[in-house]
Amino acid sequence: MERIREKLRILADAAKYDVSCASSGSNRKNTNGGIGDTGSGICHSYTEDGRCVSLLKILLTNFCIYDCAFCISRKSNDVKRAAFTVKEVVDLTMNFYRRNFIEGLFLSSGIFKHADYTMERMLAIVKKLRLEENYNGYIHLKTIPGASQELVREAGLYADRMSINLEMPTEAGLKAVAPEKSHTEVRRQLATVNHQLIRFNDERSMIRSVPKFVPAGQSTQMVVGATPETDLQVLQTAAEFYTAYALKRVYYSGYIPVNTDERMPLLNSQPPLLRENRLYQADWLMRFYGFAAGEIVNAAQPHLEMEIDPKLSWALRHPQFFPVDLNRADFKTIIRVPGIGRQSAQKIIATRQFGNIYVYQLQKMGVAYNRAQYFITCTDALNRYTDKDPQQLRALILKTVQSKYASLLAPQLALF
Amino acid sequence: MPHLITHHSVVQYLFDGSFSGLLTAVFESYAARHCHVALFEQDKARNNFFDPVVIITTTPEKALRVWKGLKKKLTTALQVEYYSAFLAEDAAVMQQLFNYARFVFDHAAGAAANYGHPAVMAVQQMAQKVSRERHRMKAFVRFQKTACGLYIAAIEPDYNVLPLVRKHFKDRYADQRWLIYDRKRKYGIYYDLHAIHEVLIEAAAAGTVVHAAEMMLDASEALYSTLWKDYFKSTNIQERKNTRLHIRHVPRRYWRHLTEKQLG
Ligand code: SF4
Repeated sequence: MERIREKLRILADAAKYDVSCASSGSNRKNTNGGIGDTGSGICHSYTEDGRCVSLLKILLTNFCIYDCAFCISRKSNDVKRAAFTVKEVVDLTMNFYRRNFIEGLFLSSGIFKHADYTMERMLAIVKKLRLEENYNGYIHLKTIPGASQELVREAGLYADRMSINLEMPTEAGLKAVAPEKSHTEVRRQLATVNHQLIRFNDERSMIRSVPKFVPAGQSTQMVVGATPETDLQVLQTAAEFYTAYALKRVYYSGYIPVNTDERMPLLNSQPPLLRENRLYQADWLMRFYGFAAGEIVNAAQPHLEMEIDPKLSWALRHPQFFPVDLNRADFKTIIRVPGIGRQSAQKIIATRQFGNIYVYQLQKMGVAYNRAQYFITCTDALNRYTDKDPQQLRALILKTVQSKYASLLAPQLALF
Repeated sequence: MPHLITHHSVVQYLFDGSFSGLLTAVFESYAARHCHVALFEQDKARNNFFDPVVIITTTPEKALRVWKGLKKKLTTALQVEYYSAFLAEDAAVMQQLFNYARFVFDHAAGAAANYGHPAVMAVQQMAQKVSRERHRMKAFVRFQKTACGLYIAAIEPDYNVLPLVRKHFKDRYADQRWLIYDRKRKYGIYYDLHAIHEVLIEAAAAGTVVHAAEMMLDASEALYSTLWKDYFKSTNIQERKNTRLHIRHVPRRYWRHLTEKQLG
């Protein structure tokens, strides 16, 4: 018992810096009378730092032949090393899953001996889960850079999601801290899987029995705050990868110093949590609110504002867009109003069929009226935007809506 | 002087608190042409002495007719919302559910999308709260394996959400026997590899039954609950510690049934 406890401690500890925890977006059904299904993306618990615990996130091993400056498992670090056997990973996954602790497995690994040797073992694990245990729960497989295309393609038959991390937002940034890695290799693997995905989808439209292939798609992760890229560079890279490889998600991970290395931020410096959060907000605007990266930040203002969220920031820079008339505007326009989300916008449009919109209704529809009031007109709310200049308005909004999220996300700031 | 029940006066309905009872009440209000009804649950009634009282006898046929009528007017999603709001077991919401049904019947199809109407709004808001609780229970159920291979879990949800999660657990854990027990409402659902059964455990016995089962846990149980607690600790990032956020996601009232929140 002590041995497996120690392995789990080491290999969960080394895996936790990968922020992706998504377990939704797949649609594996329990049709073989086995165990498990996917699709709901449940967070079964939350860590004490407030992150979702959905998957058993572990490394197969933290032995590694590479020496990436940002990584706790790098070759030159003097840390305890361990490796799971195939059976140990399968038993842990099944027993956690059966107790409703998790939605599934997130497996990644250091590179043990060489890429294919490691990838083969990961493949053995997912095959055993699917074929011997009749397991239909979620599997996220982080593929190994340099692994052969055959192994990556075969793994795709069993995984729900695959990912490979960009690590740093630009090739230059990556080269500086991880000379053995490259964006080119990341692109190669994302493309391999994406081609296969498209092929399988085409075939499935003709032949129903074509097996599933990475049904939850691919994702990647960038570390921010370790290298000097601007938010504009980060978001441009994200936007490019979303389109080029049909990625489902790009994750942003505020760098937490784990090593002493002159190329990296000092140990004990604060992780840039607020910046990370602003990047997620911007990413959200790109994926669901029709914003282009260049609208959110641009060459003149290459960084996201920390003080206010990116939508509000955009609104204050575009007074000509406002006020939006909620009795008339279309969906795409309404969702650009700060304080109005997609759900509220849908309700506004549904309710409009029965008569004009009044302020008391907005509040009940989930609109953050405090914020929205400056940007809209409706039946009993007149335009309050144009009588103030953006600077005044900014100060006013900052005073009334002291960002509750800022204090939630960065408790260390709340001390001041 | 006997009460003269007119179109406009308020009539008090006493019903049994069941879903069928609620729907029967809607049926009777149309039959008797009562437009202004104050709905009360029998034992919890705080009705007044002035307005006339009608006792509603739950009648499945009448309830079914009303439900079929509602189904014609409501999308599947809205039907689920309606039932979910009912499961909140909240007196004020019962009244709104009654008003909602009447509002929907009295207007053309699509009226339920009118979020400006107080009953539509109230039902929708409560359904959202119940749905949140339903999600939490999907997440927070923690099974323990007993020596005889049964997986057991106890829950104490704010609302009566077991009816809303049974399909989820049945689909997911199709190849293991399990029991989820609501300690607050003193009933559970049990899956025997074929179907789900509702089980009642007498109030007095409830404590001992669960306790007795705990005494006979499977030999592997200690290992996996320890490993899970270890995992929960290891996966935390100390530099990001944020207790406020943690508690917002996992409110303290759920902790007592969460394996990872137990000491040791
Ligand atoms: S290859 Fe992966 S595990 Fe190895 S040092 Fe680089 S980031 Fe760490």
